[in-house]
Amino acid sequence: MAATIDSASSPQASTQYLLEVVNARKTFPGVVALDNVQLRIRPGTVHALMGENGAGKSTLMKIIAGVYIPDEGEVRLHGKPLQLNGPLDALEAGIAMIHQELNLMPFMTIAENIWIRREPLNGLGFVDHAALASKTQALFDRLGIDLDPEMEVRQLTIAGRQMVEIAKAVSYESDLLIMDEPTSALTDREVEHLFRIINDLRAQGKGIIYITHKMDEVFEVADDISVFRDGQFIREAPASELDANEIIRLMVGREVTQMFPKETVPIGDVVLSVKQLGLEGVFEDVSFDVHAGEILGIAGLVGSGRTNVAETLFGVTPATSGTIAIDGEETVIRSPHQAMLRGLALLTEDRKETGLFLSLSVLENMEIAVLRDGYTHGSFVSQHQLDQQCEHMKQVLHVKTPDLEELIGNLSGGNQQKVLIGRWLMTKPRILILDEPTRGIDVGAKAEIHRLISKLAGEGVAVIMISSELPEVLGMSDRIMVMHQGRVTGFLDRSDANQISVMQLASAPSAASA
Amino acid sequence: MAIATNNDTQQMAATKPRKKKLPTEVSILAVLIGIALLFEIVGWIVRGDSFLMNPQRLLIMILQMSIIGIIAIGVTQVIITGGIDLSSGSVLALTAMVTASLAQSSDYVRAVYPALTDLPWIIPLAVGLLVGALAGVINGSLIAFAMIPPFIATLGMMVSARGLARAYTDGQPVSMLTQEFTWIGSGANPVIIFLGVAVIFHIALKYTRYGKYTYAIGANPQAARVSGINVRRHLVMVYAIAGLLAGLAGVVASARAGTGQAGMGLMYELDAIAAAVIGGTSLAGGVGRVTGTVIGALILGVMLSGFTFLGVDAYYQDIVKGAIIVAAVIVDQYRQRKRKLT
Ligand SMILES: Nc1ncnc2c1ncn2[C@@H]1O[C@H](COP(=O)(O)OP(=O)(O)OP(=O)(O)O)[C@@H](O)[C@H]1O
Ligand SMILES: [Mg+2]
Repeated sequence: MAATIDSASSPQASTQYLLEVVNARKTFPGVVALDNVQLRIRPGTVHALMGENGAGKSTLMKIIAGVYIPDEGEVRLHGKPLQLNGPLDALEAGIAMIHQELNLMPFMTIAENIWIRREPLNGLGFVDHAALASKTQALFDRLGIDLDPEMEVRQLTIAGRQMVEIAKAVSYESDLLIMDEPTSALTDREVEHLFRIINDLRAQGKGIIYITHKMDEVFEVADDISVFRDGQFIREAPASELDANEIIRLMVGREVTQMFPKETVPIGDVVLSVKQLGLEGVFEDVSFDVHAGEILGIAGLVGSGRTNVAETLFGVTPATSGTIAIDGEETVIRSPHQAMLRGLALLTEDRKETGLFLSLSVLENMEIAVLRDGYTHGSFVSQHQLDQQCEHMKQVLHVKTPDLEELIGNLSGGNQQKVLIGRWLMTKPRILILDEPTRGIDVGAKAEIHRLISKLAGEGVAVIMISSELPEVLGMSDRIMVMHQGRVTGFLDRSDANQISVMQLASAPSAASA
Repeated sequence: MAIATNNDTQQMAATKPRKKKLPTEVSILAVLIGIALLFEIVGWIVRGDSFLMNPQRLLIMILQMSIIGIIAIGVTQVIITGGIDLSSGSVLALTAMVTASLAQSSDYVRAVYPALTDLPWIIPLAVGLLVGALAGVINGSLIAFAMIPPFIATLGMMVSARGLARAYTDGQPVSMLTQEFTWIGSGANPVIIFLGVAVIFHIALKYTRYGKYTYAIGANPQAARVSGINVRRHLVMVYAIAGLLAGLAGVVASARAGTGQAGMGLMYELDAIAAAVIGGTSLAGGVGRVTGTVIGALILGVMLSGFTFLGVDAYYQDIVKGAIIVAAVIVDQYRQRKRKLT
């Protein structure tokens, strides 16, 4: 069980680094995920890992955390080679990891999830629930997290789950903490909170590896930066020596054009008109119109009800009050199936729960939503046509995969997200609802996807876009609807919207309402 | 601080030729051949006789497996949705009884329905399929709409259908069936029916919307719903088809035996599940193929026939069969873990 630390074989252990990875190589069938890669982490620093989707960041982290065994190369902790035969070995050696995909047990409480396999026991050997709750409360107090330890995890928002994962990782008191895109589902407020936690840990001398695709975060927390591209180590430098453009150039190997390439397109008639929409106990009195060619952004803090509105529009949780009209005609949407028949599409926020079919291939994941349309003859699917269309989508979205037969679970997080975007674009919707569309997607691909969204709007699609990334909402939307605690607090036109005006409406209810 | 660079132009391995992974069927087929050869060798040693070079024996073996095979194909698609069907053996018995009672010839004085003798073969067949499908619809509705776990819902049907089969004639067998009807089960017909069903469902699972939805629901029911699939309706359909195939198996079994008996198909549901699981269908849902199930059924058949050939006692046969099922599940779990982590 225990990690073997073989001190004899490294005579001059350099203790300057907390962690060193040398010449790591890892291959999967058809893919060289990492090739001759190095990484060095100094104690008491935050080290950012940057690279495009599929560059190998998560794979490298999984090697350090004992999930994968490298084909070649060595991991050294405190200068001593580390032999890891599983994640438990890594935890024992003092390495904890927050995975890109959340891994909590939905039907267990927060406290049970955090202390899983380490539950405090009473004299009879049973789990001591009082101690469990108080330990969790103490941890939450220390980290400033405001959640009830007794709550079941399935009741939490994704952001809530992410905070629980963070608390769980911290609770191991490890020397090295790996965070793989911890902020992809967080709004600014929780991100700030996370940064306070990180600064605290850094002050205690811990090492933190931090993966993100958000450039501003990197310069806010990182001391050092390592850049990867296509499974290769490209460069390591102090954050102070790099700027965003330089990092992007290193990541992508070429210049990336402007983000948020918003085109002004003629706004058409009202396509979707929502009046006094409500879902009991979740949100109420939500009214708005979306026009053809318009991009309506929805902003708000986590828990403001943005995602619920999207799910209600799409029939995932049918509305309990209010009306929905499409092209001026009132309609009832009680299931996603009905919503799709009326020309809607919804890219959901939670990739793993409501998006991916992990045991199926990339192709099967992409084609699933169009098996009713032009791609069937009676009950039979026109596989050849589907293959072609999926191949086309794969190229448009630059999905990095050996082929369409690959299991989707083997793709990197960002590439899985692209497949899901492709799934919904293939349905050729008239009303496209995107909930965190660029979650986990790298800067280059993000610009591509923004361009695609703009283009669709130009073709007359009505777009509703939810994003926790304010610059994205500000950059892409024609109009922004802001929500707070299940109510709309106001609308902002593109010209009036900025960081401050949005945040004001998002945090405090205001009289301004449409 | 040291700065290391590595800026060679690299081409990602995505362009490298990809080693195609062998489909699971290949490894299951290897197991089948291995077991058959083992019996061949042991056969020569123990009995000085060939196991395989005996067409008669092979035909009997395949005939025996055909009826379980038909059920197993229905069960396979149920397991792919992440469910289970424990009722197929009992549904087989019930349909065998009902079918036989409508296929009796007028030469027989104690017919169940004296007014309904010498009916054309299509009527007992159609009614048999209908009874099976109806049992499936009840299973599916309990699961999809009443939200009862598949294990419990089909366990209930397993007990009830068997009871109904007994109650139907107070436990009396129903014999003297028309020749027209028994023809369905004569000669190699059961094998032909089994293979026909296998081909149809292989195509249905691979190339139709029905099949693709079946996999999607098993892989992630929530995502399936959000992708516009009517999950409940589809589940009812899947269980209905499983029931229909159990009904077909009941028709074939009664036609072949020339009688309907309430004790028919006892524990066939377990053999059917075993065939599916040995064939690579994952109990976690979302994974499985008809070809695998066919090979899985053949493995069970070879085992049975081989042990009989060697004169091994039936009790020991069951012990080995149980061990094989457990081994198949262990292999499945290992595959799942591998899928998660590699
Ligand atoms: N289990 C696996 N089986 C096969 N291929 C894999 C597996 N895990 C990762 N890969 C491949 O290895 C490459 C690197 O993937 P990795 O997840 O490390 O990327 P990443 O840098 O974390 O990307 P992202 O920013 O999208 O999360 C990808 O091409 C991916 O398809
Ligand atoms: Mg990753």
